[in-house]
Amino acid sequence: MKVLLSLIKKEFYHIIRDKRSLLILVGMPIVQVVLFGFAISNEIHEAPIAVVAPNKSQKVLRLLERIEVSSYFHIVRFLESGGQLDEVFKEGEIKLVLLIDKDFSRDLGQRKTAKLQVIADATDPNTATTLTGYIEAITNRFAREGFSPLPVGKQMPPLIDINVKMQYNPSLRSVFLFVPGIITVILLLISAMMISITLAREKEKGNMEILLVSPLNPVVIVLGKVLPYVILALVNGWSILLLGVWLFGVPIRGDLVLIFGEMLLFVLTALSLGLFISTKVQTQQAALMISLIGLMLPTIILSGFIFPIESMPLPLQFISHLIPAKWFLIILRAIMLKGATLHYVVKETIILGIICLVLLGLAVKNFKTRLE
Amino acid sequence: MSRINKNYIVRAKNLTKRFGDFTAVNQINFEVEPGEIFGFLGANGAGKTTAMRMLTGLLKATDGDAHVAGHSINGSPEKVKYSIGYMSQKFSLYDDLKVYENIRLYGGIYGLTGKQIRSKIEDILEELNMTALRNKLVRDLPLGWKQKLAFSVALVHDPAVVFLDEPTSGVDPITRRSFWELIYRAARRGVTVFVTTHYLDEAEYCDRVSIMVNGVIEALDTPQKLKEKYHARSMHEVFVHLARKEQ
Amino acid sequence: MQKTFVRIENLTKRYGEVEALRDISLDIKQGELFGIIGPDGAGKTTLMRILVTLILPDSGEAAINGREVVKDWKYLRKHIGYMPGTFSLYEDLTIEENLHFFATIFGTTKEENYDLIKEIYEHIEPFKDRKAGQLSGGMKQKLALSCALIHRPDFLVLDEPTTGIDAVSRVELWEMLGKLKDEGLTILVSTPYMDEAELCDRVAFLQDGVITEVNAPDTIKKEFDQPLYAMNSKDNYELLMGLRKMDMVRSAFLFGENIHVVTNHSYGEEELQKAVLEEAGIRANIRPIHAGIEDCFMSRMMD
Repeated sequence: MKVLLSLIKKEFYHIIRDKRSLLILVGMPIVQVVLFGFAISNEIHEAPIAVVAPNKSQKVLRLLERIEVSSYFHIVRFLESGGQLDEVFKEGEIKLVLLIDKDFSRDLGQRKTAKLQVIADATDPNTATTLTGYIEAITNRFAREGFSPLPVGKQMPPLIDINVKMQYNPSLRSVFLFVPGIITVILLLISAMMISITLAREKEKGNMEILLVSPLNPVVIVLGKVLPYVILALVNGWSILLLGVWLFGVPIRGDLVLIFGEMLLFVLTALSLGLFISTKVQTQQAALMISLIGLMLPTIILSGFIFPIESMPLPLQFISHLIPAKWFLIILRAIMLKGATLHYVVKETIILGIICLVLLGLAVKNFKTRLE
Repeated sequence: MSRINKNYIVRAKNLTKRFGDFTAVNQINFEVEPGEIFGFLGANGAGKTTAMRMLTGLLKATDGDAHVAGHSINGSPEKVKYSIGYMSQKFSLYDDLKVYENIRLYGGIYGLTGKQIRSKIEDILEELNMTALRNKLVRDLPLGWKQKLAFSVALVHDPAVVFLDEPTSGVDPITRRSFWELIYRAARRGVTVFVTTHYLDEAEYCDRVSIMVNGVIEALDTPQKLKEKYHARSMHEVFVHLARKEQ
Repeated sequence: MQKTFVRIENLTKRYGEVEALRDISLDIKQGELFGIIGPDGAGKTTLMRILVTLILPDSGEAAINGREVVKDWKYLRKHIGYMPGTFSLYEDLTIEENLHFFATIFGTTKEENYDLIKEIYEHIEPFKDRKAGQLSGGMKQKLALSCALIHRPDFLVLDEPTTGIDAVSRVELWEMLGKLKDEGLTILVSTPYMDEAELCDRVAFLQDGVITEVNAPDTIKKEFDQPLYAMNSKDNYELLMGLRKMDMVRSAFLFGENIHVVTNHSYGEEELQKAVLEEAGIRANIRPIHAGIEDCFMSRMMD
């Protein structure tokens, strides 16, 4: 125990005294969050929009009035038809066009589903998402007003079917989805990359020679390496989470203990991966290259962090199943954004657990008690 | 002997290097003649590597100046670099290039023409008895051969001065001596050799030896005169006497 | 004679095509200061790493104090002190942090065995808050030696501790090894410096993975049976080139201020002087000498 503590203390000295790793550990999460934070938290004010409304009934006018007074939007033009859309967007002033079905008033009055289409200029995806979000909120509230609640147990049909279309960037995902994504990437970065580099460093500098010659059990050597990074990774994960909540209001609907548990599982998986890499390389440089190219890129591309997996070609979809980050991302999004309980993510958790055990097994099997 | 009219190839004047509060090289003065083998000795951390780096233009002097092959290391360090060869204790050839490719590379770096390079390759391979090894990767050569090759490559552009930083470290005794024979041969051709070493028997091979202690040159003379002065039987005794006194 | 402490039998190690060690057999006695002399790439490091249980031999056996290096590695690792060829302490930790760290992982404390390292550690203690990476070569070696001794090993293995170290630090290091030997430690040390061989009780000369000679330095020197002369002239290089051309000269090498010359027969000094003057045209000072350890090894290398 004392030995383990002294290994951990030593590891923290390394981290604190190496400007580079300290920068990665502390700087990276902050930079990432702030970067996204700035991109997302641009306050929307009086965004110019256009409206296509063939039938300017009273209900339509009331809806438009509601939108206009919200201070988020300013209706600058009425268009004759949807055909002018492209032209209008290309001029660049209009950020969003609202197309109101000609039967809107009638359908709403008859408690049928009224149709409304929102088309946003998504060349600036973050603004576009925020704008459509506001429009959705306003129209939904508008629809609910003036109608008595339905009997309990009976689901209320959506009264306004809002058809949101992202012009120029159809696969855009909600920004909230980015926070779990950043957490995933940072956890992987700290865990897998840092552990493989730090172990490779011990080999490269010849420190490993001395550690191996000492009576230390290899398990203790590995634990002494791994534990500090588990702690760091968790601290980092939670800081991003809190920054996300505080900076741009990302919801955490699920159980915090569950999030903690899943995070720990993912960190262990990533650490096993890093350990495994380190058993295969001799130099820090090789460790860095493999972690970056072999790990970071597939994770960012194939985990669903940026590109939706459903729209990938089948072979890539298959590969994505092997990426631990994909499963963690699904879990984390479900818990944070949908408030899922363990029950809902049990399949993903088990898969992640299996990947973790396999990687850990491989790493332990390949960790040598001798040189070569 | 009139020193004023002499033609010096290296001349350091109050050469000084400070790192923060620490003075690594403290106002050293010396001259080296063309074709001389000049031994530059000192304990670890005495400042010889720092001094050597200033003379080769790798490091800026804090104070003072030195002229190497007629060029000031402060005024025209780039010209200095073209007139010197340098071989560091860390092996400076490319391991994954073949023997002749290394020679060609350094020839190219120093601006030799294709024809010059081709003839250099033949000359060097012949001098080192390595003609049969021209297509071997450098990493497959024994250390002693690598060091000899590195020395010849440092001379590929016929520099006036060649700086050798612990060239024989870890080399077997026979190869070590044949390396020194290469040094002698280069000196006969008029190349000035500036060499550091931890093997003190090698200090005896030098025409003159300087011993640095704590950033200053504590002694500078021929090995013979140094031994007489300190009543020592070998350069080893001279060195230990001088370097230990300071600790 | 003392009892055998390290027993090495028919040890062989291959790296791909290269045979690093070829059928090595060797005994090291208890309390002996044993030297392995040989150039870079001779197999010194491989042999030492096998002994400290860091690599496995392809065939053959080795045992330290009766414990097999392959089977009993866990036991041996507690009782061996090892100092690798490259400085392998943590450069970003201070002297004191390094020492404490290594004490802890060996399950001991700095205080417990302080008497053993006291003399070595005192040299560097004034700088104990300095990071190991900022130390000079000699100081690094003292720290590494302190760390290798902190758990009071029975067997100390040092891989080229004096390479790249200045002459003063080398002298000091050998003084320390002498004292540790007096404490009863068995010490195995490798070096490329031939003069250091003289400081060992016995030495083995390792070349291309083969041990060509094992003996006490004095015995080795006495066994040298060729006529050997020291010569010098105003221009030793000229003399060397001249000697190389002479039929009576078997070998001629620079040796400090002299050239050491081995001849095919024994000659009188005047006879030899005359021959050198006639054949090489150089007036040389000549005197017969006894071989040093380096003469012996060089002559063996040429066989």
